[in-house]
Amino acid sequence: MTIHRRRILLFALLAALYGAVFGLFGAAYGLRMSVEALCYALIALGLTIQWGYAGLFNAGVMGFVAVGAFMTVLISFPPNEAFWNSDMPARLGQVALYAAAGIGLTWAASRLDGIGLPRRLRTLVTVMTGAAAWLVVSATLDPVARDIERQAGFIGGLGLPVLLGWAAGGAAAGAVAWFVGRICLGLRSDYLAIATLGIAEIIKALLKNADWLTKGTLTVSPLPWPVPTPEQAGFVWARASYLALMAALVVVAWALLERAWRAPWGRMMRAIRDNEVAAAAMGKNVNRRRLEIFVLGSVLMGAGGAALVTFTRIFDPAGFLPLNHTFLIWVMIILGGAGSNLGAVFGALFVYVVWVMSEPAALLLFDAVREAGRDWFGWHAPADLDSRALQARVFVIGLTITLVLRYAPAGLFPERASTRPPAPSGNRKG
Amino acid sequence: MNEIVFFVNKVVVAGLVTGSVYAMGAVGVTLVFAILRFAHFAHGDLMTLGAFIAFVLTAAFPHAGAAVGLPTAFVMLPAAMALTALLAIWIDGRFYRPLRERGAKPVVLVMASVGVTLMIQGLLRLFAGTGTRSLFIDERKDIFRLELPFELARRKIVITEPQVLVILFAIAAALGLHWFLTRTRTGKAMRAMSDNPDLARLSGIDTRHVVRTTWIIAGGLAAAAGTLLSLDVALKPDMSFNILLPIFAAAIVGGVGQPYGAIAGGFLVGFAEVLSVFNWAILLRPLRPYLEGIVDLPARLAFVPTEYKLTVPFVILVAVLVWRPTGIFRGKVI
Amino acid sequence: MSFLEVRDLHAGYGGTDILKGVSLSLEEGEIGVIAGPNGAGKSTTLKAVFGLLHVRAGSIVLDGGDITNRRPQDLVRAGMSFVPQEKNVFPSLTVLENLEMGAFVRDDDCAPMIERIFEFFPPLREKAHQPAGELSGGQRQMVAMGRALMTEPRLLLLDEPTAGLSPKYMSEIFEHVTAINRSGVTVLMVEQNARQALAIAHRGFILASGRNRHTGSGAELLADPEVARSFLGG
Repeated sequence: MTIHRRRILLFALLAALYGAVFGLFGAAYGLRMSVEALCYALIALGLTIQWGYAGLFNAGVMGFVAVGAFMTVLISFPPNEAFWNSDMPARLGQVALYAAAGIGLTWAASRLDGIGLPRRLRTLVTVMTGAAAWLVVSATLDPVARDIERQAGFIGGLGLPVLLGWAAGGAAAGAVAWFVGRICLGLRSDYLAIATLGIAEIIKALLKNADWLTKGTLTVSPLPWPVPTPEQAGFVWARASYLALMAALVVVAWALLERAWRAPWGRMMRAIRDNEVAAAAMGKNVNRRRLEIFVLGSVLMGAGGAALVTFTRIFDPAGFLPLNHTFLIWVMIILGGAGSNLGAVFGALFVYVVWVMSEPAALLLFDAVREAGRDWFGWHAPADLDSRALQARVFVIGLTITLVLRYAPAGLFPERASTRPPAPSGNRKG
Repeated sequence: MNEIVFFVNKVVVAGLVTGSVYAMGAVGVTLVFAILRFAHFAHGDLMTLGAFIAFVLTAAFPHAGAAVGLPTAFVMLPAAMALTALLAIWIDGRFYRPLRERGAKPVVLVMASVGVTLMIQGLLRLFAGTGTRSLFIDERKDIFRLELPFELARRKIVITEPQVLVILFAIAAALGLHWFLTRTRTGKAMRAMSDNPDLARLSGIDTRHVVRTTWIIAGGLAAAAGTLLSLDVALKPDMSFNILLPIFAAAIVGGVGQPYGAIAGGFLVGFAEVLSVFNWAILLRPLRPYLEGIVDLPARLAFVPTEYKLTVPFVILVAVLVWRPTGIFRGKVI
Repeated sequence: MSFLEVRDLHAGYGGTDILKGVSLSLEEGEIGVIAGPNGAGKSTTLKAVFGLLHVRAGSIVLDGGDITNRRPQDLVRAGMSFVPQEKNVFPSLTVLENLEMGAFVRDDDCAPMIERIFEFFPPLREKAHQPAGELSGGQRQMVAMGRALMTEPRLLLLDEPTAGLSPKYMSEIFEHVTAINRSGVTVLMVEQNARQALAIAHRGFILASGRNRHTGSGAELLADPEVARSFLGG
C-alpha cells in the first residue's frame, strides 16, 4: 500500500470513529470532544517538533500547558474590582520592585569576578545575596498575598481579549522554555527530561498554592471565550464555532511548520538531527538551533494549553496531571510518528477519541467483571472499583508507549524516504 | 535547650532518615546510569512496587515480626528485595534490552522507562487502590523517646523504630556496596563496564551478567528504600512520582555513575530539604526578650513553605547543572 | 593451513565497505605487521578479525576453526586478545584491577599470571594500586598489553601500540612485543611506524585503499625499493 493510500485510510478510520461518537452521544458531546482533541493537536505539534526535529525529551509538557492556561486567565479574565480599588496593586507593585532589585543585585553579584573577586568568594556572595533577596521578597509578599486572599479572593485578570491571552500563554511558555533550555541543552538529553519533569511539578505547585494569584484549589471560572459562549448561542453553535477556530489554528500551525521544514532552516535542522557532529563541524550552532525548537514547541504547547483550559471554562491547577497532560501527548506523537506534523495531528485526534471513550468503556468492563465475579465467585468488589477502573487506563497508556517503541518506532506516519536519516550503522554485538 | 532538641528532631533525625532513603534510591539510579547509560524513570515505581510487595508479605505473615521483635515489614524486607530484583531483571529483559540490542539512543530508553513506570503505576492502583496504607498491620510502631541529661531540656529526642532501622540499613548498604565494588570480581567488572564498556566486552567480561547484577542491586535497594520509607510514613502510590526528582537530583549532584557520590548526594538533598522547610524562628525564640522592641520575630521563618518542598531538589539540580554538571565526584556528563 | 588465515575480507562500518578483499596468513609464533597509509583499512582489518564489525564476505580461520563474525567475548575464550589503540585501560581501576579484569574469563587464581606480568613490565609493580588513568602514556600502554596477556592468549592483536608515545617508549614497546612473541604468542600488529615494526616482523602486509598491495617477510619488504619509496618514506 502506498503511503498516500495508507494515510487516506487512516484518516477515513479516524472520521469513522468520530462519526460513531457523534452518532452515539450526540452533536454537543461530539463537538466537545473534537474541540479538545484539536487543542491537544496543537500541543502535540509543539511536542513533535521538539522530539522529532531536535531530539529533545520534554517530560514536563504539563508545566508548559499550565503556564499557558494561567496566562490566558490572567490576561482575559474580567478584572477583580475588589483588588483594583484598594492599595493592594500598589503594594504588589512594590514587591515586584523588590524582586526586580533582588534579581538585579544577584546578577550583579555573579559578575563580581569581573572586578577581580576570586571565584569561590563570588559564588558565596552571589548565593548569599540571592538568599537574602529571597527572604526579603517572600517576607514582603506574604502579608500582601494574605490580604489579597482575604479581601479580594485573588488578583483577577486584565479583561483583555481572549486570543491575546492565548498568545500571551504561548509567549510565557516560550519564556520558561528559554530558561530551562539555556541550562539543560548541551548536556545529555536525560537531564532535560529530569529538569522538565521537575519544573512541571513546581509550576503546578506554584499555581496550586498561590491562592492570591490563581485562587488555587478554589478554581477560577467561568473563563471567557473568543467565540459566543454556550449561554449566548447554545451548546452546538458555540462549540461549533470554537471548533472552527481551533481547526483554523491547527491548520495554520501545521502549514507554517511544513513550510519551515521544507525551507533552508528546516534542511539545516534535519542536518543537525541526522549528523550532529558533521553539522557542528560545519559551524552550525547546534545548541542554538535546539533552543529555538524547544522554545517554538513550548509556545505551541502554551497556546494549546490556553485554548484547552479556556474551552473547559475552569482553571483548576489541581486538574493538571502528568498523565493527562504530558504522557498522553507523548503517546500521541509516538503513535503518529516523531517529527511528522501530520502524524502529530492524527495521533492527537486518534488517541484522544480512544482516551475519552476508554472511560465509559473501562467502567462498563469493570461493571461486567463486578457482576460476573459476584455471580460466579461470590466475590465482593471493593467499593472504589470504579475509580480503579480508570487507573487501568494508566496501565494501557504505559503499555502503548512501550509497544509502539518496540514494534513501530517510526509511528504510523513515518518520515518519507527522502527525508529519512540514513540506516543506522554501528555493530551491536553481545 | 528545648530548641536545640527541636532542631535535632526536625533536622538531624529527619535529615538522616530522608537522606538514607534518597541515598539508597540514588545509588540504584546512578548504577543504571553507569552501566546502562540512561535515566531510569521507573525507579520511583520500583520503590513503590517493592513497598507493596513488602505490604502483601506483611499481610500474609502478620506475626513474623513479633517473633523477632522487629516490625514484620522489616522482617519481610529481604524477600521483598529479592522479588523486586527479579522483577527488575524481567522488566529489563522485556522492555529495555530489545531496544538496546537495536541500538536505540539513551533517550528512547528513557521513554520506555516512562512507559514502564505508567504500567506499574496503573497496575498498583488497579489492584491496590489509591488510598494510603500503613505497613504496621496488627502492630504498633515503636517510638523511642530519649531523655537528655541536661536540666533545661524538657523536650525529648524522638526517634521511631523505623527511623533507626532505615539509618542503620543505609549504613549497612553503603558498606556492603563498597565491599562489593572493591572486593568481588563482579563488582570490579561493574566498575570496569562503567569506565569503558567497549573494553569490558573486549576483555571477555560477561556484560549480561553485569547488567543482571546491576538490576539486582538497583531493584533490591529500591525495594528497601521504598519499604523503609513507607514504614516511617505510610504506603502511598503517589510516592513514586514525588520521590523521582529528589533521587535524580541526588544522583546528579553526586556525579552520575558514581555510587559513593549518589550516597553523598542523597544525604545532601535530604538535609537541604529539611533545612529549607525548617522553621528557623523557633531557634531564634530564646533571643526574643533581647530583640523586643527592635525587631518583631515572625512566627514562621523558613526558606521554603512546606507545600513547595519539591522545589528544593529541583533548585539543587538546576544549580548543579549550571555550575558543575559533572557533580561532586565528577561523574559522566554526556 | 596457516595458524591464522584471513581470506578475501569485505567489511566496513554500515553501508560502504572499507575492506575490499584483504587476505593475510600468519604461522604460529610469528609476528605479523599490517602497515600502509591512512585510511588503508589497517585497523579495520584487525577489528574484523576480532569480531568488532560485521564481515560481509570472506573468511577468518584460526587454527582450523572458522571465527568469522564471532563475538569478541567468545574469541577471548578461544585464545585471542585485542589491545585497542585508544581507551585501552579502565581509568578508574587500579593497575592491579585492570589486570584482574583481563583474567575475567579465567576460572583459576590469576595471581601467578599477575606476577609474570609484573616481571615482564617491572614499572607496573610499584604502581599496582594506582588508578590506571593517572599513569603516563607509556605505562598505560603496558597496562593495556598486560591486561590482554592475562588470558595467556595464543594470538595477540595490537592496534597501533606506539601511537602517541615518545620515541623512547616506542622502542621499549617493540622490545616488549618481541619478548612476548618469544614466549610463544603469535602477534598481529597494526603499526604506523612501519619501518621499526617491519624490522621485528616475520610477515608484513602493506594495505592501500582496502586492498593488499605488498606482502612478504619483514626483511623483504624493508629491502624492497618500491615499498620503501611509497610507504616507508624513502
